Amino acid sequence: MTTTLSARAEAAPAPVPPRRPVRGFLARHWYAWAMVTPVVLVLAVLVLYPLAHGVYLSLTNATEMNSGRTIGVNEIPATYEFIGLENYFSVLSGADGAFYPRLLWTVQWTVICVALHYTIGLGLALLLNRALRMRTLYRMLLILPWAVPPFVAAFGWRLILNDEGGLLNAVLNVVGIPGVDWLGQPLAAKVSVIMVNVWLGVPFMMVALLGGLQTVPKELYEAAEMDGASPWQRFRAVTLPGLRPVSGTVILLGTIWTFNQFPVIALLTGGGPGGATNILVTEAYERAFQGIRDYAGAATYGAIIASMLVVFAFLYRRWLQRQTSEVLG
Amino acid sequence: MRARDQRSRLASTGLHTALVGASVIAVFPIAWVVLTSLKTDRDTWARPGELGALGLGNYGQVLGDTQFLTWFGNSLIVATGTTLIGVLISATAGYAASRMRFPGQRPLMWLFLVTQMFPAAVLIVPLYNVLSDLGLLNSYAGLILAQCTIAVPYCAWMLKGYFDTIPVAIDEAGRIDGLSPFGTFWRLIVPLARPGISVTVFYAFVTAWGEVAFAGVFMQSEDRYPLPVGMATFVSDFKAEWGLLTAGSVLVMVPAAVVFFLVQRHLVAGLTAGGVKS
Repeated sequence: MTTTLSARAEAAPAPVPPRRPVRGFLARHWYAWAMVTPVVLVLAVLVLYPLAHGVYLSLTNATEMNSGRTIGVNEIPATYEFIGLENYFSVLSGADGAFYPRLLWTVQWTVICVALHYTIGLGLALLLNRALRMRTLYRMLLILPWAVPPFVAAFGWRLILNDEGGLLNAVLNVVGIPGVDWLGQPLAAKVSVIMVNVWLGVPFMMVALLGGLQTVPKELYEAAEMDGASPWQRFRAVTLPGLRPVSGTVILLGTIWTFNQFPVIALLTGGGPGGATNILVTEAYERAFQGIRDYAGAATYGAIIASMLVVFAFLYRRWLQRQTSEVLG
Repeated sequence: MRARDQRSRLASTGLHTALVGASVIAVFPIAWVVLTSLKTDRDTWARPGELGALGLGNYGQVLGDTQFLTWFGNSLIVATGTTLIGVLISATAGYAASRMRFPGQRPLMWLFLVTQMFPAAVLIVPLYNVLSDLGLLNSYAGLILAQCTIAVPYCAWMLKGYFDTIPVAIDEAGRIDGLSPFGTFWRLIVPLARPGISVTVFYAFVTAWGEVAFAGVFMQSEDRYPLPVGMATFVSDFKAEWGLLTAGSVLVMVPAAVVFFLVQRHLVAGLTAGGVKS
């Protein structure tokens, strides 16, 4: 990685005006390169090499049965073969039967969760962003779900959502509504995992947006009020534009976190029933480590997920740059 | 402004009702875990309406009769190791990315952005093979290395955000007084960034502490499980030791929540700062 960076550096035109010969160039930048080297080395060994290996695996038919392994003193060599893009064809053509349903559910899950995180978080932030008795207490209580490790939260929610002896069904029975098998029916399980993830994710949005609200200058509200703007108009014309930088960031973070949300789904439903709540990430995991381990299939999913994320990051950066230039120009 | 702050009685009631409702939803599941952990009568775990006998029996059992303390120790070792490595090596990179214009900076920021988006699922299979080849499966070192793939990009990203908030004038003053760039970083910036660094430490620690995917696969014997994996074994298809699970949850949750409340204000600033600027 370091070599590619410096090679690229010499090929590219000098970015800073004073052009210097190569020696001056090195003297100028060696501090910076020395400082980033440890990270680049670690990421190269732990991320880029495994990533390349993963892409290679996705082009083979490796499973648990034909991978090299050691049983006692016998070493069994790997017998899997290079099969080209076959895995990708089978996944992307929908032949494996799981990719498109999972993709659709992953998109639904991400969009619904982030939308609910953001609107509920913004609502609560607006409620809290005013002189109010017991404001600190409310704030502390509302942050609590974020303070709890997600795996603990998942255990607690299982206790509430359980089919037999769960609290929610008990309450519903008292009111006279028949209980629902919250973690055992496809639709109910989807509602459940979304509910738990929303519960977990709202506090971060609320705190971040509350911080954002406090940076909006008070004068703008006063001016808007002078001009006779209604509360809704003030919200549209002052609050939302003032929140834009914070909103962009928290929505990006929320999207990444939700797309990759492993613990909630793995610990709450384990992807079930029948894979109905598996998002792409948990689907890949399941392929790799349950039943006969399908390493190649999981690696194919991994590569597809990674390329989707790279495209997403690219679009986001472009959007961010356009936003910044709009503000500056 | 005053006119807007004075609310009618109705508006005030509505406001407090909404906030109380939201607070109850936020707190209730946690309170329910705490309550269940105190129920020593195992029949009442599945009967929400009944309280039965209350006591600390579950806590005694989880501490004395299970491997909870071993798992706790495992989690502590792995999370501490990950945090140390992550913060130490990413601090200088964050500083370089924040202060210096150098060829390769843009690809580096891309690397941070993209790697921190990678879910465990992308890397888990190849990492499994790599660790298996190195004989590091079921070892602390292996899991620490795996967790670093998550921690390093985040730490670098957050620390860059913090360094961006420290005025460049301080660096310039240091340089004029004859410090090298390393000296400036080490003697001026690191002390100033101490709050930011402590938040990054906390965040890296908590992330590694709650990580489930790598931990569930790379640690294969029960005495090496970290907490989330170990505690999940209390409730499976074959048994439902809710008392143990909830008591363990409370023991994990209380210290985490205390530290969390001490640093949370800085945490939000740290998580959002990097994204807005770069």
